[in-house]
Amino acid sequence: MAQHQVNYASAGGLPVALTTVDHLLNWGRSNSLWPLTYGLACCAIEMMASGDSRYDFDRFGTIFRASPRQADVMILAGTLSKKHAEFARRLYDQMTEPKWVISMGSCANTGGMFNTYATVQGVDRIIPVDIYLPGCAPRPETLQYALMMLQTKIRRESANMKKNTKQNLRLL
Amino acid sequence: MRKYTPKDSVQAKAYYTDRFHVVPSVPTQDVSTDEVFAKQLEVLSSKVDIKSAYIQIEQMRVEIDHKDNFKAIEILKNECGYAMMSEMSAVDYLAQDGEFEVFYQLLNLEERKRVRVVCRIPQGLAIESIVPLYKSANFAERELFDMFGLVVNNHPFLKRILMPDDWEGHPLLKTYPLHGDEFASWYEVDKIFGKEAREAIGPENRDPAKIDRYDTKRFSRVGREVPFGADISEGEPDTPIEYSQTLLVDYNASQTQLKDRK
Repeated sequence: MAQHQVNYASAGGLPVALTTVDHLLNWGRSNSLWPLTYGLACCAIEMMASGDSRYDFDRFGTIFRASPRQADVMILAGTLSKKHAEFARRLYDQMTEPKWVISMGSCANTGGMFNTYATVQGVDRIIPVDIYLPGCAPRPETLQYALMMLQTKIRRESANMKKNTKQNLRLL
Repeated sequence: MRKYTPKDSVQAKAYYTDRFHVVPSVPTQDVSTDEVFAKQLEVLSSKVDIKSAYIQIEQMRVEIDHKDNFKAIEILKNECGYAMMSEMSAVDYLAQDGEFEVFYQLLNLEERKRVRVVCRIPQGLAIESIVPLYKSANFAERELFDMFGLVVNNHPFLKRILMPDDWEGHPLLKTYPLHGDEFASWYEVDKIFGKEAREAIGPENRDPAKIDRYDTKRFSRVGREVPFGADISEGEPDTPIEYSQTLLVDYNASQTQLKDRK
């Protein structure tokens, strides 16, 4: 007898899964988060390490995309200078909805040690951020944890992005 | 009355200075103590007016008039073998003397000698470019212009190099605060959203230790979500994380099933 026969009589009875549209869409969205290949400073090195075979981002369905049109997540990895802020915002605008943002590292969160005239004091001044990831620089495991937190967040959200409170934070 | 603070230098100062601290002075030698330098200075002084010259830490420092900078460096390059210009920049002495000190650091690879050519230039005057002599001066002079507002004559492409083109002010001046002036603090907001967004975004937070525990407009805690802008000073309710029951596969269950069969 086959070991892996389907047992129709246990745990639910029939080979039918009942779910809601929210669950299904969020399942799809949260398990195929494609971040934008976009590094700003030394945090980008840790971000690259997260994507490589040792830490392996691919197992979360997270594959870096080189175009904002194909990306869902923007990982702002590093110091954002005021000169570059305009372009970071433009890349964010070019991403298609739904989109999420992870602010990676102290510099992206608050400006960090660069308490100067030339650094944006927290990327949330120009882009709505979903997850703030502390550290200088955060280890690849930490970035993966942040991504898992983002997945948890997405699963809890309504699949209709207009219902989510984050919409209130969108400036324009 | 408000306490008077000098406006010509807004740089941070040490909060404590040792009253008995004596600044160590670097000993200087006469140029005649070094044969090579003495010869080079002779060549230089025959064509250019030299204000002062001495040797410090095995380097010759020559002060010249700012009008002679191209001529002096040309002589040093062509006749004294200084093939490399490793660095050039300026020092802001506007508060004390109303002028900049521009320095050029030259290197002679064959005789292993370094010379520093220094000239003082009053504010508002332009200095002559030395790009025809050294290609490395190109970016250095652009940085000079960007950081000090010192115009360089006959530069091939005099444009800001570090700061954005529409930036106001020159950040390396002593009158420029480290945290930036008003233009700098609103630069990215003005540029991306326009001035009308200033109020919504608010001023920059320059306190790195600032934490607003009860901010529900910008932060939410996973497992303790509350509506946007809710008051949580009394504490927030727990909303445990729900996992999708239908789509969650229990891998351990099948393992125990197999074990039971065995």
